[in-house]
Amino acid sequence: MTEGFQRRRKGGVVATFTGFEADLLRSLASQLVELLRNETAAPREGDDPLEQLLDFSGPTTAPEDPVLARLFPTAYPHDEEAAGEFRRFTEGGLRDGKARSAVAIIETLEGAGLPAELGEEPITVDIELTPGEAVGWMKSFTDIRLALATRLGIEDGDDEEWLAVPDEDPRAHVYDIYQWLGYLQETLVEAVSR
Amino acid sequence: MLAVSAPSPVELDEPQIDEQSDELTAFNTPWVTIVWNDPVNLMSYVTFVFQNYFGYAKKKAEKLMLEVHNDGKSVVASGSREEMERDVQAMHDYGLWATMEKQD
Repeated sequence: MTEGFQRRRKGGVVATFTGFEADLLRSLASQLVELLRNETAAPREGDDPLEQLLDFSGPTTAPEDPVLARLFPTAYPHDEEAAGEFRRFTEGGLRDGKARSAVAIIETLEGAGLPAELGEEPITVDIELTPGEAVGWMKSFTDIRLALATRLGIEDGDDEEWLAVPDEDPRAHVYDIYQWLGYLQETLVEAVSR
Repeated sequence: MLAVSAPSPVELDEPQIDEQSDELTAFNTPWVTIVWNDPVNLMSYVTFVFQNYFGYAKKKAEKLMLEVHNDGKSVVASGSREEMERDVQAMHDYGLWATMEKQD
């Protein structure tokens, strides 16, 4: 199990992930890229409920999709026209930037040896990030956590309720992933900030 | 916000130049950027964003972050409409929830 990110003496950060963890990060980043690039249709039916919950790719007409509405919130809550103009000028660029950061995660993991598919042998993936790359990962972790939280319906102060969800409920597993990403991001912020 | 780690102790010898320039910009320009609290963002990350993007000293960044956390929102910048639009866009790029409005 990863211990998260650590600062390198000469700057930048490092982390070691198990193959499973790296594969999970890649999957989450890919989901985010698909959502941002409007490449998938509505969620599949009849699939594993866990897979359905992890597939936050849904419909992508900008503010109607709750995940996109959170990633691209309105800048002018009291001025619909100004809000529309702002969105028209900025959403495309924001979308591209977020997709680029998510792709960078995938490329770094694969560049560090994560195979296309995990085999029987347990592996570890060691990554190293420059300060600039680290900020990109931070932003992407935030985007992924926002997407998961929107799908789960997480609200302020509901931690107690989430701890009470039984293990068999697939939402509990997704919530664990959400918490794990929060832990990873915390170690990353600390490693970059010192 | 999530309080996963406590903010570091307050540093006492930070220069106070931001207070002065805030007064000048408030006098000249009528728009503000507001960052709103949300249940997802880490307190440490929000503080980092305020330092990394606005260049605020850690003490000021933590103060603004705590205002967002405790009061639900905080005015994090003021300036022209174009400047605030740039700041709001940047906040959204970092995954924070920001809006802008004319200063009272």
